[in-house]
Amino acid sequence: MTATAAPPLSRTRRTPSPTLLLSLLVVAFFLAAAIIPGVLATHDPLQFDLVAALQSPSLSHLAGTDEAGRDLYSRIIFGTRESLSIGLGATALSLAIALVLGVAAGLGGRVVDAIVSRSLDVLFAFPMLLVALLFVAAFGPSPATLVLAVGIGTAPGYARMIRGQVLAVCTSPYVEAAHAVGHSSWRVLRQHIVPNAVRPLVAVATLSIGQSIVWASGLSFLGLGVAPPSPEWGALLDAGRAYMTHAWWLEVLPGLAIVLLALAVTTIGRHLQQRLEGHRA
Amino acid sequence: MTGSAVDEQPLKRRVGNGVLPRVLGRLASAVLVLFAAASATFFAQALLPGDRATLLLNQRTGQTEARSDEELAPIRAEYGFDDPILVQYADYLGGLLSGRLGVSYQMHQPVEALIAEQIPATLLLTVTALAVAWVLTLVWTIATTRRSSRIDAIGSGVETVAAGLPPYWLGVILLVVFALGLGWFPVIGGSEAARLVLPALTLGIPLAGFMGQATRAAFERALEQPFVTSARMRGMSDLGVRVRHVLRHAALPGITLSGWALGSLISGAVIVETIFARPGIGRVLVSAVNSRDLPVVGGIVIVVALVYVVVNLLVDLAYSGVDPRLATE
Repeated sequence: MTATAAPPLSRTRRTPSPTLLLSLLVVAFFLAAAIIPGVLATHDPLQFDLVAALQSPSLSHLAGTDEAGRDLYSRIIFGTRESLSIGLGATALSLAIALVLGVAAGLGGRVVDAIVSRSLDVLFAFPMLLVALLFVAAFGPSPATLVLAVGIGTAPGYARMIRGQVLAVCTSPYVEAAHAVGHSSWRVLRQHIVPNAVRPLVAVATLSIGQSIVWASGLSFLGLGVAPPSPEWGALLDAGRAYMTHAWWLEVLPGLAIVLLALAVTTIGRHLQQRLEGHRA
Repeated sequence: MTGSAVDEQPLKRRVGNGVLPRVLGRLASAVLVLFAAASATFFAQALLPGDRATLLLNQRTGQTEARSDEELAPIRAEYGFDDPILVQYADYLGGLLSGRLGVSYQMHQPVEALIAEQIPATLLLTVTALAVAWVLTLVWTIATTRRSSRIDAIGSGVETVAAGLPPYWLGVILLVVFALGLGWFPVIGGSEAARLVLPALTLGIPLAGFMGQATRAAFERALEQPFVTSARMRGMSDLGVRVRHVLRHAALPGITLSGWALGSLISGAVIVETIFARPGIGRVLVSAVNSRDLPVVGGIVIVVALVYVVVNLLVDLAYSGVDPRLATE
């Protein structure tokens, strides 16, 4: 736990890898875009300018313009907040469900474990997108449905992971030792099991944010999420599809934002994971 | 990542079990999955807020208005909406057993006919994509694993990026570069084979990234086995060792992943069919979700679950074929 005292760790801290630095930079940029889009944008994202319609990227329009002459770069910047919020919301929902199911299965005894584990096996048979589409079909497309659909769709995988984690921690020597010296079950749960089972989740949560953004944008891309006048990234892709043959930037650049953010977040998540696993070893 | 959790667990559980109990256990869980799929789709349809008969009539006529009871009565009678919900549930399950998936609200034709008409195109796409993914994975793993630290790093770096590419973006890039820019493939029209290449690559490349990550780890472990040293001592070439000995061991996680991957391929097909304007159940699904045609959505969910269950049973058998230790146990 005392990271600063361990020499190998402090060495890695002094020389972070260039990919990690780049990822942190990318995430910082998009966070800034979500919080203060007005500062980073060069144009009003809603300003029509029909004379400048469908221009390719240039110095005056960094990412080109759409069919109504709106500046695509500024639209991507202004869409960041919604895309990121949906990704964060879905991750929070997904992990909350997974935590309840996983801890219940891990600690609830044989019957609860059997029920939860069988249900998770069944849920695994359905591709995430299909679960999400069933939700959209039932409740109609909206940002709230997106959060619900992606959150519930991704939960089973994490629930299974948490269950494994809880079981591993429960049988570990230090928990046995804590029981042996006579600590109450509640104290063992609070002081040992929960902190140790939850720590790896930090990395998982980070990885999950990237995935959630990709999936939520995918649904919007299909026209089943956030509707086009909004500059949400998937909605930008959906709106640009009709002009793809002569305006490649309308599809390629919003997609690039999604991929960059997802890869950056994933890289940071992987790094955290290695860091935390190194700790335990 | 979830994939590796999926593939290692059954492996451990399986050791020490006979073949018959294993197959029976698998069949039981397959039936459970199908039952759950059927129940979920039924209750999604039945318990939805709003009146189903009104929804149905409005969809058929393309309007949105409140309907009088005289208008709704024949529809309620035709679809049995007035029956108690458990009776409707039993009817639905009974219909499924005889292969009936319900009637589309919008197109007013049996769902099973609609799916049967569209599924061959989707199956062709997903099977081709799986083959593409396997070829890419094998060539890439054999070529780049444990060569030099730099090639190794490039190899796994490319896999990470490939696995993270969303199909909707990769599809657009391929379309823009190879069809619109270079003109190698037709945007519309052209032969069936030419139209299949880009969609299959769009689905196959991210999958290859996933399978590559799992295969690489297994390949590295296998390269350290004693039989590799002994083969090398007998004077076998490096490529020979990799292809004839190591590959067989490294292929196992990939095979398990292939069953799991089917889900992601079908998800991907939904997106790819939309980008490339291909026929298939993916496009039917998108339009059904759009118009809230729940019997069609439910029917497709059930069919996909069925395909998933059958393929995973086959994967289980293939496993015993590749690793005879499991079959004789």
